[in-house]
Amino acid sequence: MRRLRTIPGWFILLLLLAGDCRRAGAQELSPRRDLAWGGDAEGGAPYLLPDPESPRRIIGFEVDLMEALARQLGRRQVFVQNQWDGLIPGLLRGNYDLAVNGLEITADRRQRIAFSIPYYACGEQLSVRQDEPGLRSLTDLRGHTVGTLKFSLAQRMLEEQGAMEIRAYENQNNAYDDLAIGRLDAVLMDWPIAIYYSRPNPALKFAGEPIGYLEYGIGLRPDDPALLREVNDGLRQMMRNGELRRIYEQWGIWNEETAQLFKRQLEGASTESLAGARPLPTPPVSWRDRLTRLGRYLSPMLRQGVPMTLLISILGMSLAMGVGLVIALVNLYGRRPFAFLARLYVEVFRGTPLLIQLYLIFYGLPNVGIRLSPLAAAVIGLGLNYAAYEAENYRAGILAIPHGQLEAALSLGLTRYQALRHVIVPQALRLVIPPVTNDFIALFKDSSIVSVITMVELTKVYGQLAATYYDYIGAGLVAALLYLLMGLPFVRLARWAERRYRIVGARNPAA
Amino acid sequence: MITVERLTKYYGKIRGLDEVSFRVAPAQLTVVIGPSGGGKSTLLRCLNGLEDFDEGRVRIGSFEVDVRPGQGQSGLTRLREEVGLVFQSFNLFPHLTAQANVQLAPRVVKGMAAAESAALARDLLDKVGLGERLDAYPHQLSGGQQQRAAIARALAMAPRVMLYDEPTSALDSALVGELIRIMRQLADDGMTQMVVTHDLALARELADQVLVMIDGQVIETGTPAEIFAAPREARTREFLGRYLA
Repeated sequence: MRRLRTIPGWFILLLLLAGDCRRAGAQELSPRRDLAWGGDAEGGAPYLLPDPESPRRIIGFEVDLMEALARQLGRRQVFVQNQWDGLIPGLLRGNYDLAVNGLEITADRRQRIAFSIPYYACGEQLSVRQDEPGLRSLTDLRGHTVGTLKFSLAQRMLEEQGAMEIRAYENQNNAYDDLAIGRLDAVLMDWPIAIYYSRPNPALKFAGEPIGYLEYGIGLRPDDPALLREVNDGLRQMMRNGELRRIYEQWGIWNEETAQLFKRQLEGASTESLAGARPLPTPPVSWRDRLTRLGRYLSPMLRQGVPMTLLISILGMSLAMGVGLVIALVNLYGRRPFAFLARLYVEVFRGTPLLIQLYLIFYGLPNVGIRLSPLAAAVIGLGLNYAAYEAENYRAGILAIPHGQLEAALSLGLTRYQALRHVIVPQALRLVIPPVTNDFIALFKDSSIVSVITMVELTKVYGQLAATYYDYIGAGLVAALLYLLMGLPFVRLARWAERRYRIVGARNPAA
Repeated sequence: MITVERLTKYYGKIRGLDEVSFRVAPAQLTVVIGPSGGGKSTLLRCLNGLEDFDEGRVRIGSFEVDVRPGQGQSGLTRLREEVGLVFQSFNLFPHLTAQANVQLAPRVVKGMAAAESAALARDLLDKVGLGERLDAYPHQLSGGQQQRAAIARALAMAPRVMLYDEPTSALDSALVGELIRIMRQLADDGMTQMVVTHDLALARELADQVLVMIDGQVIETGTPAEIFAAPREARTREFLGRYLA
């Protein structure tokens, strides 16, 4: 599900350019009686997923729900793919008229959008390893490491409980895998997810009854009361005629909570959800307001994001420089099979995506018994990847040292190793300060990618803030500025080192 | 002190060195002259083990140079402790000061303590007239000063033989006198020395023994008086004629 929640650049560009498309889009769709709904096909079972038989088709209980609803309303349903954590911005922008993808009805979401009557209800299910005796409730989780999905109600419940280490995943598979291998002590997720991803796993079991209560609703723009009434009528009709229950039973997720929900809805206690929705808050007007708002982002970014980004980058680069130097020396001076392996290392790590390397290190290595913490995996992943680039920098630097330097050292009785250690490498290191600095700055920015292995660093904090305040531009600018400011001192340091250790006339005047 | 017998080195099928034989007595200063490409520098590099050779024998003192594979580096390292080499382009280490250049080998190879090697470096640099420039980096030194630092660096390993490759080529003539003074002083101290050069004046002034080397062969050996006043070989006469004209 929720893989790769980084915010692509085009998204921000669209926000800037497409301010007016929203009304135009809505008008275009309604007259043709199309019911455009947005969801994330990567969301996973049982909600929305690519059909295993023919992956271009989307299936899931929400697809069945929307097909039935459209039929009920005499419309045609049109699915619009949208990343899960951008569902609400996409709705408000008018990319589609309904957001349907396990959206829990929460107070803060109601501030931005309107919700239909709930179409499904359930609790959060706690899963543990088969051999786990003790953990059964939220309070048992104190002091343990618990996984859940990013931006989910379960995450908020865990945060309110406190006193535990929470790892927020993009993808439910990864969370349950990490539980199975012992990286996590428990996983808390919506009951239907647990039914599909935890129960089939023989290493795992459900711990206790579902916790808490949540309802999924269809999200609508607050300025669309006609469509809201239409959707609510349709849903009630499907509750009444048993069609919804049939869909849920087909998918194996019919439960007591939903049965109670239907009963309440049909007894006429229909709370029109529109009443709860407030108009969109007006964007800040004065510069002062805007600055205050940007200032709000600073504290979490500085507290959580910046230190972790610095830590990962500095440790990662140290590892890269150490490993890179060894690789370069083996490549240049090692015996044949070792030199070949060094070259192979460079080609493999330079020629494959960092993202895949991180996945392999974090989610792949446990299969062969190597379990790394997220921080260790992040540092090792970045370090090994950049080591390939540093090795090439060093190799170039070493080759640039005139051969006479090696001969002079040898003629004084130094061994080859001593000559490298005291004469060649010190000069090569000075020579490659500029390209190594360049790579360090690049690594700084690449460190944002480790959010995919549950690290909370600056980009992850940015994503959370942006999703909370629906402000991708403001939070993005603050985060970008912080990256820039973090990098500058290192650039200054490198400039200083370059001047301090500059070698003038590395080539002696030859006759 | 140096004995070379039928030393031969091939570049492919060409003989870079062709059965070169000669002897250098202890404390003697030998100058090798001859046209460019005649094998002078190659000969020098063979004496230091920087270049391997195919046939013949080279003895430095009691040490037999053996560059066959499998001989390993330890033999070469021992040889190089006996033989100092001053390169044509000096090859000072640009990232180290003059003093650190001289200190490096005693510290790393002989494991000499920092204070001891520093004192040694100061003595040697003082001896070559660089006592005031200990902390200068190579690029801050003139060509002549760089050469003298390179001599001090080679002397730091206390070799019994010093080799010089074209030592005057990067010096203007005013500085050659200082070089000659240093080499004379070393000879007086008992150092065996060998110089490869185009510079016939240097040979005439300095040499105890002159070797004429043309096309990879030593075609004539003698004192400067013999070689310059009465060369026996026609090729020697031709070479001298071209350079002295």
